[in-house]
Amino acid sequence: MQTQAFQRVYTKIEQLTKATCTLRAQDVGNEELALVHGRLAQVVKIMGDEITLQVFSGTEGIPTNAEVVFFGKPPVLNVSDELAGRFFDAFGRPIDGGPDVQGEEREIGGPSVNPVRREQPSELITTGIAGIDLNNTLVTGQKIPFFADPDQPYNQVMAMVALRAEADKIILGGMGLTNDDYLFYKQVFENAGALHRIVSFVNTTENPPVERLLVPDMALTAAEYFAIDKNEKVLVLLTDMTLYADALSIVSNRMDQIPSKDSMPGSLYSDLAKIYEKAVQFEAGGSITIIAVTTLSSGDITHAVPDNTGYITEGQLFLRRDTEIGKVIVDPFRSLSRLKQLVIGKKTRADHPQVMNAAIRLYADAANARTKLENGFDLTDYDERTLQFAKEYSDRLLAIDVNIDTTEMLNIAWQLFAKYFSKAEVGIKQEFVEKYWG
Amino acid sequence: MKNQSTGTVSGIIANLAIIKVEGPVAQNEVCYLRHKDTDLMAEVIKIRSGYAYAQVFESTRGIKVGTPVRFMGHLLEATLGPGILSRNYDGLMHDLGTMSGIFLQRGEYTDALDKAKLWHFKPLAQPGDTVQAGAWLGEVQENAVPHRIMVPFMWQGSFTVQSVAPEGEYRVEDEIATLSDASGRQLKVTMTQQWPVKQAVRAYVDKPRPYQLLETGVRTIDTLNPIVEGGTGFIPGPFGSGKTVLQQAISRQADADVVIVAACGERANEVVELFKEFPELDDPWHPGRRLMERTVIIANTSNMPVAAREASVYTAMTIAEYYRSMGLKVLLLADSTSRWAQALREMSNRMEELPGPDAFPMDLSAIISNFYSRAGMVRLSNNQSGSITFIGTVSPAGGNLKEPVTESTRKAARCFYALSQQRADSKRYPAIDPIDSYSKYLEYPELQETLAKAISPDWVDKVNRLKNILLRGKEAAEQINILGDDGVTVDYHLTFWRSEVVDAVILQQDAFDSIDARTPLARQQYMTDWVLRICDTHFQFDSFEQVNPYFKRVVNQMKQMNYSEFESEQFRSFEKELEEMLREGEGSRR
Repeated sequence: MQTQAFQRVYTKIEQLTKATCTLRAQDVGNEELALVHGRLAQVVKIMGDEITLQVFSGTEGIPTNAEVVFFGKPPVLNVSDELAGRFFDAFGRPIDGGPDVQGEEREIGGPSVNPVRREQPSELITTGIAGIDLNNTLVTGQKIPFFADPDQPYNQVMAMVALRAEADKIILGGMGLTNDDYLFYKQVFENAGALHRIVSFVNTTENPPVERLLVPDMALTAAEYFAIDKNEKVLVLLTDMTLYADALSIVSNRMDQIPSKDSMPGSLYSDLAKIYEKAVQFEAGGSITIIAVTTLSSGDITHAVPDNTGYITEGQLFLRRDTEIGKVIVDPFRSLSRLKQLVIGKKTRADHPQVMNAAIRLYADAANARTKLENGFDLTDYDERTLQFAKEYSDRLLAIDVNIDTTEMLNIAWQLFAKYFSKAEVGIKQEFVEKYWG
Repeated sequence: MKNQSTGTVSGIIANLAIIKVEGPVAQNEVCYLRHKDTDLMAEVIKIRSGYAYAQVFESTRGIKVGTPVRFMGHLLEATLGPGILSRNYDGLMHDLGTMSGIFLQRGEYTDALDKAKLWHFKPLAQPGDTVQAGAWLGEVQENAVPHRIMVPFMWQGSFTVQSVAPEGEYRVEDEIATLSDASGRQLKVTMTQQWPVKQAVRAYVDKPRPYQLLETGVRTIDTLNPIVEGGTGFIPGPFGSGKTVLQQAISRQADADVVIVAACGERANEVVELFKEFPELDDPWHPGRRLMERTVIIANTSNMPVAAREASVYTAMTIAEYYRSMGLKVLLLADSTSRWAQALREMSNRMEELPGPDAFPMDLSAIISNFYSRAGMVRLSNNQSGSITFIGTVSPAGGNLKEPVTESTRKAARCFYALSQQRADSKRYPAIDPIDSYSKYLEYPELQETLAKAISPDWVDKVNRLKNILLRGKEAAEQINILGDDGVTVDYHLTFWRSEVVDAVILQQDAFDSIDARTPLARQQYMTDWVLRICDTHFQFDSFEQVNPYFKRVVNQMKQMNYSEFESEQFRSFEKELEEMLREGEGSRR
């Protein structure tokens, strides 16, 4: 992004806040990029000849006589196959020491796909993790976040899912990633020999927070290139979207906008939806699947960020440490994959939906029995059996270290049903009971 | 408003454009911003000292100060005419199906109707007839629906029919009638007309209280809290509680002539599901027809321009009013009205208005109740009636029902279907809470009378008994939880399990099972009678430990009945086993 000779240089900034600066200039387009005192900035407001710019790396040290140069275009990314295997910063500049990417220049944050041109997602993504494949099956073109407290191993699980998912390209959008986590991803992908399938756009905690706002659009512009131009199955990992939302609130605050719930901007829903809705299945076979992370503060899902996210994404995955078995499991109660209905029992064995529901219902009965136990009541024989079932179910199916195929998961569930319950207690459609019981 | 004004852009904040206007301009007038080679549509939402504030229905990227603007002299309008059914529109009623390319290119505006298609027109009115706005002049067959060609809603006063075109093939813009007004002016009528979407169509005589049940096939609605033709209802629920699945079930199954789905700020994949499935699904009420033939989808998914989201619900309502005026039963579903309220909030914020609760605009409540009031049953000038049943979903922030959108909607809607997180967590779908939810219509004597005639004279009593059983079951469950299984008498367990039978057999319904998904009214009545029979049976159990396994078997048996074809051999055999189970329950323990 070099300045060109004919561009006009402005040198009189009238107003500066922590994240924005305002000056008088002519012929400037909305959302255009500019260079303010050598730092990248974007036009966010125009009032007559008064232009307000959001300076991504903050305005610290910018003098009122700083040079301001407008680029005449919004942020862009050069797309080509050369993106594969590379690491970039939030502006799409290489951070791996490699050369600049040559390719077609595309505006980031482009238009939405016409909904009638979308295809209904129908291709199963298998991860080998029963907590996902059995209970919360993922589908290409889906968008789903992990709702996790900061201490949970979501980055590890996400990397594992990404590598097992058989995607043609994995695009990592790291926002406020700690340097350690960034290196973790890099190493895991390297060890798996998958680096040539990875493209990374990373804003670490060492970079200014407002820069993060560009990361999802960069990652998704690259994703659209591979999914549309190359018909590839693309998996986009976005971590951590809560830190992205924090950056949004910083900017809206600096622009004197009235905050809504939890001091987030009133447009939070639309801002998040614009990103997540880039998940898509195309007719030609290409797809974009988004797996994100939304960190919670001590499990509070009523906070504006997880709350709005939940309304946008197609389900959510919760991780929980099960003290009974001492392992991390995918919580069957709070997790949900909305698109699973499109594949379970269709792309998987016909008994899948009923087995899944019956097992979760029995697991819920076990939770009730545990409450009774904790309150000092006697347990019935049924209660005892549900508790034993729950422990084995958790260990053999819910734990994230499980790696088996879906049919095997179903067989294990049937074994557990027969081991602990009568047919009436399980309550599955007669035809399946006849076929698979025992 | 014939002379079109012009203007130039003088400021931009996100999708709000501030325009210096030359000439007169109206509130809510439509204008176009000329950016490079495309016109971007916008709507004036505020005017202050020579400046119009317009919300742009597109991305404003790249727009500069000085961009020329054309004002159109009319408000945001819907184009009405034959060929709306089975089409997919964006929020501004542009046909999504005829747009080129994978992406929605800004400024690509397609026609709402196919202007080249020929329709077979049959006259209904005679020369000499006196008519007014909304009167039927003729009709064309639109899929299975008789589509009436009406006197444009905009026309005020009485007219005399001069001539009506003879039966034959016509395009939507061809003249099909000539009318004259009181002063003798001749007016031409075509098969298409425009209507400003934010205004209610009032081409009807009056709006009586609704009295006819609208069957949805969803047991917990039809049996416990029925909605009526011309009724209003809303479904609030936290995410993951099954709002959309429930709404889609209603859209597929309800006994309506026309179904309009406004996907307002929701997930694109959910709309795709409608696009892909409805053309394949059989219409349960019109054998041999496809669901899509009587459906219109208005899609403004969450990533589409925010300003058009508000317009989308109004566009949908206007189309509903148009078909209602033809004497049809219209069902309008909006998912979700919260997104529309949020769109209002974003604009109000950009215009720096003083905010109301949760930063929503102060008049939110008025806007919502005004919108709900456009639904209802109407009597037309020819004594026919038509109805719009409106069901909106609400996505309360944080699942908290005390937030402004839910509270405002509660004042406006007559049926309340509260989705409970607790029920959803334990996979008891549909997760409509039977105790918190209500239907005001059940108290209407008009409806009670219809139900008594259509189902059975004591039907409302039976429904109230079911509600009582559920309430008492809930109380018993609380007691058992506090005092422990053996801390209460066996009666408590029986009371609890009776409510479990109601819950499992009537309330819970598998929306993904081909048979269980839709329960016709006769079958609902049949199963209700069974449930009440079980609840009336006197069981004498020695201890609570016998209650649980016995009722589990009963519930399982009745679920198998729900999964079987009604009155099939399989159904009968499950039923026979249930009879035996009941005898065993009464006999051995007496």
